[in-house]
Amino acid sequence: MHQNTQPLVATHIEPLLTVNDLVVRFASSRGTVHAVDGVSLSIKPGETLGLVGESGCGKSTLGRAIARLVEPQSGSVRLGGVDLTRLTRSGMRPYRRDIQVVFQDPLASLDPRCTVGMLIGEPLRIHGIGDRRQRRDRIADLLSKVGLSADSADRYPHQFSGGQRQRIGIARALALDPRLIILDEPVSALDVSVQAQILNLLVDLQSKLGVAYLFISHDLSVVEYVSDRVAVMYLGRIVETSTREKLWSSPVHPYTRALFDSIPRIDTGDLGRQRHMLRGDLPSSYNPPEGCHFHTRCPRAEESCAVESPVLRTVADSHVAACHFA
Amino acid sequence: MGEPVLSVDGLSVRFDRKGGALTAVDGLSFDISAGETLAIVGESGCGKSLTALALLGLVAAPGRIEGRSVKLQGRDILGLEGEALRRLRGNRIAMIFQEPMTALNPVLTIGEQIIEAITAHEDISHQKARDRAVSLLDRVRISDPGRRVNDYPHHLSGGMRQRVMIAIALACNPALLVADEPTTALDVTIQSQILELLDQIKRESGTAILLITHDLGVVSEYSDRVLVMYAGRKVEERTTRDLLKSPLHPYTGGLIAARPGRHHVNGLRTRLSEIPGMVPSLAEMPHGCGFATRCSFVVGACRIARPPLIPVGADGAVACLRIEEVRASEHAAARCDAY
Repeated sequence: MHQNTQPLVATHIEPLLTVNDLVVRFASSRGTVHAVDGVSLSIKPGETLGLVGESGCGKSTLGRAIARLVEPQSGSVRLGGVDLTRLTRSGMRPYRRDIQVVFQDPLASLDPRCTVGMLIGEPLRIHGIGDRRQRRDRIADLLSKVGLSADSADRYPHQFSGGQRQRIGIARALALDPRLIILDEPVSALDVSVQAQILNLLVDLQSKLGVAYLFISHDLSVVEYVSDRVAVMYLGRIVETSTREKLWSSPVHPYTRALFDSIPRIDTGDLGRQRHMLRGDLPSSYNPPEGCHFHTRCPRAEESCAVESPVLRTVADSHVAACHFA
Repeated sequence: MGEPVLSVDGLSVRFDRKGGALTAVDGLSFDISAGETLAIVGESGCGKSLTALALLGLVAAPGRIEGRSVKLQGRDILGLEGEALRRLRGNRIAMIFQEPMTALNPVLTIGEQIIEAITAHEDISHQKARDRAVSLLDRVRISDPGRRVNDYPHHLSGGMRQRVMIAIALACNPALLVADEPTTALDVTIQSQILELLDQIKRESGTAILLITHDLGVVSEYSDRVLVMYAGRKVEERTTRDLLKSPLHPYTGGLIAARPGRHHVNGLRTRLSEIPGMVPSLAEMPHGCGFATRCSFVVGACRIARPPLIPVGADGAVACLRIEEVRASEHAAARCDAY
């Protein structure tokens, strides 16, 4: 079993995960989708990196490419110094336990014919961990960690509510003591009262186990709640990354600002909020605009934006943005 | 504000089955005035969408719609059938749904679908209907409407399709527009465009809007009054401002507090407040208050009889026996401001 011995509050600790210039393309009859178009990011041990963006921006594909559920075309994904993209299928196997994934729809990701005990025990069995009895104890331990009763092990996924199913998905992801869990819209299908239960659970588990999260979501308020740092994605590229505090207090990329402006809020005092709404629709990812992908909807765009693609530049301490005017 | 556009009295939707009927909407009453948006909020299964469908007579067997009356502009439409119901739908009441792709016909151009909606209710020439279709597309701010009118739904993005749905809904100038989670399938930047559009339509033509949503942020910015549903019943109805500022039903307060946002104090995360447990199933609904199993204010009396709706303020109502205790606890704890 892995131990997370690194102190969680140190400032200059080695990243757990480093993604460098990652590219994922899908070819189809309509052309090529640049789902992930040169993304770099890093996650420290025990940290939560939030990844936000609208549908089709490539955030889920990026998560899957990191877990090597889809193969990237180029770039690297380094986990503790090892480039996962260069490993063969069997070479990848020992590292699979370090990175686990929780998906949005737990019912679609849990085999309906398996009991919950079988589902949670499966990763243990595949990786040959423990004997039958030890595995049973471990399953009971995992169920209690995620707040389910021990007798849940003998029941089937359809006998549980949406929130409970997501607990099962989380228990399964925890089975191998991963160092990183990729949470892909883990609370998007849940009602707000149940969503709060799952978010609290994820936060509690992280503080107990020291596991790092890549938290992918379209919901900015959820991302703000769980994240230490946040990356904003638009049409396959990261446009801004910063700490939660800085991003919320002083976003610099026009897209980030527009996203914040678009969220309807419960503001009982301030009814005359000035909104800067985006015009138009998200361009097709088959044929993203030249230059800055965002220039077709950007309120600040100038001629150069249509030609020259902005690179991520440091705008403040631990705050980068890809905008010519940032 | 004269007579309400819609006045619903004691609306219920029941599903017959072996062992007794299940009541999914339980004796709901509410009014909506011209130029007003009433939001119905609640979590999945609370009966909010079913309420919308029942207004248009869209509940299929084994579902049954019951009630004292549903008056649209003074005329009782409850129990209308056949031709009378057909003349009402799409004409005096129009509806837009969450998923525009499944509501639009994929083999007809959007123009043909708007024209169909117009000529179903009005005896006008095809050319005139087509001209109206183009101006409706312009009204929902689709650029180049003269060309777009010939597009098929699959040519359009999700946001554009929802604009087309709104154009169809507006085709006959309805008195009431029912919008069932109109932006839930859309991205947040598109959502705000669509909600602004609905708001503008309301202001321009005085349409009454019934907005069904689960999102309190949407409620806050786009509704005048709110009706909160829990397990098929109305638990609280207030002006939007009052309800969000000082929720009186423990369920409403729980919903607002469970929303993440601004939960960091000096860089440290504070815990989200949860509503423990889950909604009881319709077959196992407790006798008294439906929320009693999850409520932190619960007392014995809550479990005995269904709490009556108690009037609060000018035109609000709350179905809770413990309003005074809720008020007191609210004053005691300085509530952290949610988004």
